Amino acid sequence: MTTVDTATESPPAAAVGHGFGAGVLGTRQLRREDPALLTGEARFIDDLQVPGALHVVLVRSPYAHAAVRSVDLSEALASPGVVAAYAGADLRDAWAGGLPCAWSVTADMKAPLHLPLAVEQVAYVGDAVAVVVARSGYEAADAAAAVVVDYEPLPAVVDLEAARSDVELVHPSLGTNISYVWELIPDADAVAQAFAKATHVVSERYIQQRLIPAAMEPRGVCVVPEPFGGGLTVYSSTQIPHILRTMLAVTTGVAESRLRVVAPSVGGGFGSKLNVYAEELVCVALARKLGQPVRWTEERMEAAQATIQGRGQIQDIELAADADGKLLAVRVELLADMGAYLQLVTPGIPLLGAFLYHGVYDVRSYSFRCTSVFTTKTPTDAYRGAGRPEATYAIERAMDVLARKVGIAPEEIRRRNYIGADKFPYASPAGLVFDSGNYEPTLTRALEIAKVDEVRSEQANRRATGSTRQLGVGISTYVEMCGLAPSRVLASLNYSAGGWEAATVRVMPTAKVQVVTGTTPHGQGHETSWSMIVADRLGIPPEDVEVLHSDTAVSPFGMDTYGSRSLAVGGTAIALATDRVIDKARRIAAHQLEVDEADLVYEAGSFAVRGSPDRTMAFAAVAFEAFTAHNLPEGTEPLLEASVTWDPPNFTFPFGTHVAVVEVDEETGGVRLVSYAAVDDCGNQVNPLIVEGQVHGGIAQGVAQALWEEAVYDEAGNLLTSSFADYLVPSAAELPSFDLDHTVTPSPTNLLGVKGVGEAGTIGSAPAVINAIVDALSHLGVTGIEMPASPERVWSLVKAAKSASAAANSESTAQEARP
Amino acid sequence: MTVNGVQEEHDVEPRLLLVHYLRDVLGLTGTNVGCDTTSCGACTVLIDGESVKSCTVLAVQADGDALTTIEGMARDGTMHPIQQAFQENHGLQCGYCTPGMVMAISSFLAENPDPTEAEVRIGLEGNLCRCTGYHNIVQAALAAARTPELSSWGAGR
Repeated sequence: MTTVDTATESPPAAAVGHGFGAGVLGTRQLRREDPALLTGEARFIDDLQVPGALHVVLVRSPYAHAAVRSVDLSEALASPGVVAAYAGADLRDAWAGGLPCAWSVTADMKAPLHLPLAVEQVAYVGDAVAVVVARSGYEAADAAAAVVVDYEPLPAVVDLEAARSDVELVHPSLGTNISYVWELIPDADAVAQAFAKATHVVSERYIQQRLIPAAMEPRGVCVVPEPFGGGLTVYSSTQIPHILRTMLAVTTGVAESRLRVVAPSVGGGFGSKLNVYAEELVCVALARKLGQPVRWTEERMEAAQATIQGRGQIQDIELAADADGKLLAVRVELLADMGAYLQLVTPGIPLLGAFLYHGVYDVRSYSFRCTSVFTTKTPTDAYRGAGRPEATYAIERAMDVLARKVGIAPEEIRRRNYIGADKFPYASPAGLVFDSGNYEPTLTRALEIAKVDEVRSEQANRRATGSTRQLGVGISTYVEMCGLAPSRVLASLNYSAGGWEAATVRVMPTAKVQVVTGTTPHGQGHETSWSMIVADRLGIPPEDVEVLHSDTAVSPFGMDTYGSRSLAVGGTAIALATDRVIDKARRIAAHQLEVDEADLVYEAGSFAVRGSPDRTMAFAAVAFEAFTAHNLPEGTEPLLEASVTWDPPNFTFPFGTHVAVVEVDEETGGVRLVSYAAVDDCGNQVNPLIVEGQVHGGIAQGVAQALWEEAVYDEAGNLLTSSFADYLVPSAAELPSFDLDHTVTPSPTNLLGVKGVGEAGTIGSAPAVINAIVDALSHLGVTGIEMPASPERVWSLVKAAKSASAAANSESTAQEARP
Repeated sequence: MTVNGVQEEHDVEPRLLLVHYLRDVLGLTGTNVGCDTTSCGACTVLIDGESVKSCTVLAVQADGDALTTIEGMARDGTMHPIQQAFQENHGLQCGYCTPGMVMAISSFLAENPDPTEAEVRIGLEGNLCRCTGYHNIVQAALAAARTPELSSWGAGR
């Protein structure tokens, strides 16, 4: 069932529902995380005061591709304050192998050895070759500048198609630049037949430019060795302390049980901190070797070069449709840029989109193939949406092309092809089962909020009056797969881990509750939302619920936070654990009240005997009985505590429609985002305040891909955009406020009915903006533009379109003039 | 110099950046570093009431000045009206840009106590946020401007 919430004005946050008992879910609770962050009390990695910690600076390659002939550390070692300096070869034995890649997508996938410090060859600008350790950061930086590395430059491999041709090899030992070819072609004949009988065929090529995730907090690592015993505490600005612990154990040989990984306050991740990085392995090696704490803090230029980048694909998409524009088949060929090495999930990113290139549309025949290649650039990996924004972009742009071919409006082509609300659960042509959905209402509502009728009449008016500022409307409807992930599905994709999540709910003797979660927030407000889930079920104030996370000593098991999974998987685990606590409390209360368990109702934090509402036992009283254990039912263990590990049976499939209105200045090529409407459906909402914040931020990142951001490499493989002066992360001045609404179609996959919303905004927005620009210039004959739609690109396009139309006019005039 | 009303005196290297003086010498780690190019504004502090990116100032240049950092904004356990507005409007997610944002808004509202949304957006151009899309930051700034206590509170200590 879908309900449309037509309230456009959000109520003020603080005014609504303070959380006693039932009803706290779905209210706009202010975040408990905020005061510490707002007053400077929060501790990010670089804020940790670690007595005696030595500072680490890495020496990085200025070449995209080069043989390392020699590394001379003598001057660096003589530099003031320097404690140690090592070249890659000096630390080669500190690691059992290279940096881990957890996703061998095919049995024959090619994966080069990826050493934390390169020994023989560097393969991208920023690849580390040596490390300097000094008493202060300034001294370490001075000494790093004194390291002399003799490089023999090799040819850079920058262009993806050149890479595929294997003319120059990134890793000669592999014999090819192709890492893998992965196919999802359930029925090749059916696809061929669909294209053969199609009335309309759309054939498009899109470029997904590389993006720099640019979390505001750069990465950082601090490793503190225990004074004896060989244990280590690793502090890292990471999204994945649990996965990192396992991977550090595997790569360094330290017993996993002696490793404690802590993610302190983490200043954003967007996928870029979903990784195991060279600096983490280097700092572990140094702390063990030197027996002293060491710390490393990333600079912004390093963040651009040595933290993973996102996207980086060439997409060829073909649609087959009948005369009415009804889709018959979708066929996709992807060429994906892995960069120089495979990081933690690099090869799997295209696969996260592989299932979704038909988007929200009901189509029976489907074909997807991805060829992934190495280049001499920073490795790619997960960036907000990871595969799904790319898929959505391709299908949503291609649908607009189809609409023009059929001669109908973009909203009409979508309405004709949406998977109908009556078709859920929907068995998709790519082999997934979409849990629930109702797409059309999000479109209708988004068009209404964006006042599309008014905008279109103004658009016509401006064209008629010869204005040079054209308006455009762009639509995008998306569906994503979230809640990563059912472990069995991950197994079928050759992923090396599961997708479950762990939770413990622990009731203290005084009835205060500790929740331990395996999720790892870095801005998402898990402490607030998780406390709401527990408080709602227990009927106690959220203030009585403490949420513990991001420290493997406190939360021993977890699969961490990425892929919009934390609520759908981690939140469900917490809800289940809470219910188990209530079950046990019910047993104890029934014993105390001398009634049958079935005769008890639990409401507003108290057990009451059905039919005798005066006979009650408060939750706090049960908690104390469980603690004293003086009078528990036979066979009942003391204490109220439950642990649950939840493995979801399916993904969740959030969806929505976004509408962008842009103004394009024909004379300057400037594009202004005039308004932006988003109607998203993430199932039930735990905290709408947080949901909206996630959508806002996601939209900004998708709009930024459409309009401004690109990691630009020159032919020699130099990254030309390695500072915020060159890489255009938008400021408040470039963006409007966003108009949001939502529908609610609960997921049947989990007991909270939730789906996830962290990536929705990013997935929906880039195609909406580009479709709007194309719409604005469509009267000039413009049919497409690449991202980012920079003023230069737009201006050139307008100029070319105008001269083409002038040429056509003079041609036709000339023809007419002929006798 | 005075920092948050406290007199501070240290001998420092001439090249020491103000942000490193605040963080590493004084231990005031609320001021964050987000870039090396004066682009992101995470390190914004007030020098004599005016917002300054402390990664682009040498500590010695602030000799004799009165500085306010994010640690100096709350009073007696009560958050500054701008800080309160950030919480009430969900103007922060990861919180890394937030101290700089709060300081920049403090300086901006002192210059323009009754801004329009467009003025707020242009006024915050020098401060980057990757989480919020700025929507709720702008709302927070506008809400703070409407707070009666703002003028009496001033820009911290």
